[in-house]
Amino acid sequence: MKRFDPRLYQIGALTLLLLYGLTALDFDTTWFRAALVIGAAIGAQWVCSRIWNVKFDPRSAAISGLSLALLLRSNSIVFLLAAAGIAISSKFAIRWRGKHIFNPTNIAIVALMIATPRVWVSPGQWGNVAFFGFLITCLGGLVVNRASRSDVTYAFIAAWSAVLIGRSLWFGEPLTIPLHRLENGALLLFTFFMISDPKTTPDSRAGRILFAVLVALGARYVQFKLFHTNGILWSLAACSLLVPIIDVLLPGGRYTWKQGGSSWSVSPQWRWHFVPGLLPRIRSAAFMSQRAMPRFSIARRRWRSSATAIAP
Amino acid sequence: MVADDMAMIKFTALSFFIAANAQAFCGFYVAKGDAKIFNRASQVALVRSGDRTVMTMANDFHGEPKDFAVVIPVPTMITRDQIHIADKALIEHLDAYSAPRLVEYFDPDPCRLPSVAESITVAGRAGMRDEKRDKQLGVTIEARYTVGEYDILILSAAQSDGLETWLRQNGYTIPTGASEVLGSYIKQNMKFFVAKVNLREQAKLGYSYLRPISVAYESPKFMLPVRLGTVNAAGPQELFVYTITRKGRVEATNYRTIKLPSDIDVPLYVKQEFAPFYKALFSEQVRKENMSTLFTEYAWDMNWCDPCAANPLSRQELRTLGVFWVSNDPNSGGAADVFLTRLHVRYDREHFPEDLVFQETGDRQNFQARYVLHHPWTGDNYCDAADSYHASLRERQEKEARNVAELTGWNLDDVRKKITFASSDKKWWQTLWK
Repeated sequence: MKRFDPRLYQIGALTLLLLYGLTALDFDTTWFRAALVIGAAIGAQWVCSRIWNVKFDPRSAAISGLSLALLLRSNSIVFLLAAAGIAISSKFAIRWRGKHIFNPTNIAIVALMIATPRVWVSPGQWGNVAFFGFLITCLGGLVVNRASRSDVTYAFIAAWSAVLIGRSLWFGEPLTIPLHRLENGALLLFTFFMISDPKTTPDSRAGRILFAVLVALGARYVQFKLFHTNGILWSLAACSLLVPIIDVLLPGGRYTWKQGGSSWSVSPQWRWHFVPGLLPRIRSAAFMSQRAMPRFSIARRRWRSSATAIAP
Repeated sequence: MVADDMAMIKFTALSFFIAANAQAFCGFYVAKGDAKIFNRASQVALVRSGDRTVMTMANDFHGEPKDFAVVIPVPTMITRDQIHIADKALIEHLDAYSAPRLVEYFDPDPCRLPSVAESITVAGRAGMRDEKRDKQLGVTIEARYTVGEYDILILSAAQSDGLETWLRQNGYTIPTGASEVLGSYIKQNMKFFVAKVNLREQAKLGYSYLRPISVAYESPKFMLPVRLGTVNAAGPQELFVYTITRKGRVEATNYRTIKLPSDIDVPLYVKQEFAPFYKALFSEQVRKENMSTLFTEYAWDMNWCDPCAANPLSRQELRTLGVFWVSNDPNSGGAADVFLTRLHVRYDREHFPEDLVFQETGDRQNFQARYVLHHPWTGDNYCDAADSYHASLRERQEKEARNVAELTGWNLDDVRKKITFASSDKKWWQTLWK
């Protein structure tokens, strides 16, 4: 029996959240703009598929487009179109060992926030009245995903909760403060649909947990040391650059969006990577010696073979 | 807020732009609903660019000046020249310029128009004790100034109960539960700006009211500490925040910020009752949103207005308010990057557990809260178009009544009673000899 593609659930859930945001939450955007950015993302996917000569699949692009419509705001349509273009093209152009480095939505938002003051993200737009409705919708995604790579979601929410609750306990603030910060739709969207992107998270479970903790610590630095808004978005973009290193230090099986199902597999070639300790791996990464590199040559072969069959 | 024979502690907040797409506006501005109609409302102006902030605090304190005091957590040490006593008129001008407004149109003669069906489209979206004991309490008086009619202290504290004791011993009434809140600010290394009225200086200066206090500082924190104000259970607090920034509209990052309903047709009688209308409208919107949002009442490029409830602030006024990037030179040409956002919030501890944190967005779309009156055409020309005009008039008035009831929560029948409805079946000869 074919398994349900989790991306279809994500598309459904994100569409519901967008409809709710536009009708009930007075999102500072319009139906036209939302449709435009979603259409632009799918269009960009089609163009990139032609250029890189891979099969066109609109599902991931629809998720990126919906996420941009939910998060990114601008008075200018040009910037919204640019966001869709950056998101999709980053998947094809910024790759390492057959994986794209950045979550498409995340890099598009961060790149534009660096490039121009004319775009913004409104983390407060969700309020916290409908929080539990969002939560249930997002949790549904975990069920559909069959927890295949939900560890990064759990690890991040645990680490971020620890940061917020720990900070409030240290300052002697009532727990209503960290709870109010956690009851945020933007945070849920980030946790369940962005950081959990199986195509950009580390391959191994240990790596993903380490990654989630690093993102939470980075977000803490941005939000509570620099006092800058959208700490989680900035932190995810920065930490994504560490994923290739984490994959070298803590290797694991590569994720594939299987047709009609979601799963990730550990190939026999890769399984033995778990067996040796961390230290030899660090050594081999540091010295890059030929003798200590058999596993890297395997990795390179895999990269070459997957280069012709990109399925972002 | 608590008032007794000692000082009254007023806990308020503390701690930042534009492309317009407005169309021509042809209504007449007739009334505004300013902040004065709300009881005990605090008004804070935040001028911000980069990390530079100038905060001006005003409130409508009506008690004895000796009973007034304000304690505000501030992110940095404040020196004498960072404090300025502002002119009350500045805040009043800001309020008048940005207040929700009522505009009116007069229906044209339906017989002189090619089509009556065309409705007018409106755009323009619109003392101090000995130092030894202070040290025992862990409280350090970092600085002490007399500025204008105020005695100002900058305090730092090691622990909250020490600060609470110090404040009590020095004549400030602290609401129960403040210690916890003070503690969290102490741990964040914040200082405390404490001001009370120096009666002798006030008499010398001759002001009968309390002037706003401006403080300039540099900090990455773009926030307004409102938690102290929610400690005592004196009911919800009313706060107006005017932010003046360079890039665009300002919004809260940890609460929803939504626009007050605007551009809505209301019955003519609202002209006489605009203040209660605005007050009821705001209360109703707060209720609908479960008192968990901030409302944007105005967001506009300060270089112009349409319609103008008051003229934009002059360059001189802006400079005095702390808009440091505007040149003082009246001859300097060019439009200044000055974007005003007026936020209005009613808050309490339950619904606003944490301080307000803001961000400046790149949104330069102009917005104003405006309500529209349409005066019916009263001429006696007769034509087919006049018949259909009269027939549509009653329908329009009914719609206006429903708008008011929905906006304010007022009873629809009560609203209808105040409206002089047009008679839709009037024949042309009924007005012929009148």
